[in-house]
Amino acid sequence: MRRLILRRAVAFLATLFVVSLLVFTVVRVLPGDPALLIMGTEGSPEAAAALRRAMGLDRPIPVQYVEWLGGVLRGDLGRSIQYDVGVGRLILSRLAVTLPLTVLAAVFMTLAAVPLGVYAATRNGRAGDYVTMLLSQLGIAVPSFWAGLLLILLFAVRLGWVQAGGFDGWAAGLWSGLRALLLPAFALGVVQAAILTRTTRAAVLEVLRADYVRTGRAKGLSERTLTWKHVVRNALLTIVTILGLQLGQLLTGSIVLENVFYLPGLGRLALGAISARDLPVVQGVVLFVAATVVTLNFVVDILYAVLDPRIRYE
Amino acid sequence: MSRRWRRALRHPAFVVGLVLTAAILGTAVCSLVYTPRDPLLMEFAARLEPPTAAHPMGTDQYGRDLLSRVMRGAIASLAVGGVAVGIGMGVGVILGAAGGWLGGWLDEAAMRVTDAVYGFPAVLSALLASAVFGPGVLISMVAVGIAYVPVFARLTRASVLSLRAQEFVTAALALGARDRMILWRHVLPNTVSPLIVQATISFPLAILAEAALSYLGLGTQPPNPSWGLMLREAQNFLQLSPWYAIFPGAAIALAVLGFNLLGDGLRDVLDPRAG
Repeated sequence: MRRLILRRAVAFLATLFVVSLLVFTVVRVLPGDPALLIMGTEGSPEAAAALRRAMGLDRPIPVQYVEWLGGVLRGDLGRSIQYDVGVGRLILSRLAVTLPLTVLAAVFMTLAAVPLGVYAATRNGRAGDYVTMLLSQLGIAVPSFWAGLLLILLFAVRLGWVQAGGFDGWAAGLWSGLRALLLPAFALGVVQAAILTRTTRAAVLEVLRADYVRTGRAKGLSERTLTWKHVVRNALLTIVTILGLQLGQLLTGSIVLENVFYLPGLGRLALGAISARDLPVVQGVVLFVAATVVTLNFVVDILYAVLDPRIRYE
Repeated sequence: MSRRWRRALRHPAFVVGLVLTAAILGTAVCSLVYTPRDPLLMEFAARLEPPTAAHPMGTDQYGRDLLSRVMRGAIASLAVGGVAVGIGMGVGVILGAAGGWLGGWLDEAAMRVTDAVYGFPAVLSALLASAVFGPGVLISMVAVGIAYVPVFARLTRASVLSLRAQEFVTAALALGARDRMILWRHVLPNTVSPLIVQATISFPLAILAEAALSYLGLGTQPPNPSWGLMLREAQNFLQLSPWYAIFPGAAIALAVLGFNLLGDGLRDVLDPRAG
């Protein structure tokens, strides 16, 4: 067990290393001169040279990478050109929107998907199963940002129940903040729920075929006890694994949804930085999200092995 | 026609998928030679009109005919989806085959790279690439394509690993066949089926990714029509003209639904283990 975790940890660190290398390479090496890119056509050659020195671009590339990586490991992601503050601080402040949005979406997703998936599996081959699968097929086909637009159309434009977007900050109160996140989290969660519903259904169906389920039924357990105490519990491992992997997708999905609802999160930060040619910010956000996704996958992988004694990867 | 195909054709979901896919492909091809109006023609007198006989889906903020734009938009979706899956499959197969066949540190390196790339969903690579090179349709194709490299690489590697242990490969080796020849003639042809299955899963996802990127302004650029880009523009006019946000979105959903259903059916036909 310990050897397995150690091996996965080494692979995880190597993966993080490659992630950092990719992000660094695309920004510093490929396009030629980041200083000119940042300044655009308006910058004078002298100003570009000064910026190049200030950014350390006049030194050999491996040296630049080691210095950059050292900074990243200390939490120093560089300085935003647009806002003139540390990129790390910017990311932390925007996480106050993106993180709750992602978590709320995960809650919506789980609340919708697990009961639906269990329901479909226990109705296998009957009308309830077909209707659920049809709904999930539709859910997979609907882009989350379109779902967001439709929700705005219905609840903000037609019914006038909520505002069409924007975020007043958590200082304005917990409920005000949550209310701004409800619709985007719903749009994001419901679409992802379609995938989790299918996985839940498949996992539950698999367990339903086990001998001990037949034994339980034979000794007279009620279907409800059987389903929730014996079947779902054993299917939970697969469900939780997929859920964990979907967290990464929810995180990147929130980047898109933030733009539908004008929420000041990581996604809007990155997109704003693109039009402002604020390379350090884009680099920082991309590195942060990619590292988070890789870390989530690693944690899920380890949890899976820890929770299921049958899995010991050869 | 084999029994599997006939069985697939009796499956209602597969038939719906087939019809939807044919409709989308037909629309895309047709839009190259015929659209009711010029999709780029602006008529300022007819801005943001609701659906009428002259404009069945209404018009946009420049008075352009939405039906024509939705029709032409199919091309962007299909092209980006096709190229992206092509990139993902091409690079993935090379990485996976090389890693699986040669093993050792090369395999380890290839797997670490694919693990790292797995951390970059299309939106992230597109953000990064757009910041450096400026947004554009090429960026979105490559970004979506790169996101698919890991899955194709892993699939190919797994197939190659299992095939390498098969007796017909050992026999070819014993006969003195070269590595490259064995890979091309004996190993890769046997991995085609799972690759096609994966391509049918990836293609509709690529359509969704293209739409999201265009919606963010990182994909197809104006004035060219793309469903995602149309939704981006429609968002500013939700109050005035809700239908503007409905038709392009419905086009995306129908296209993805069609390819998904078709893919499910193809999987039954091509994958002897399923169904």
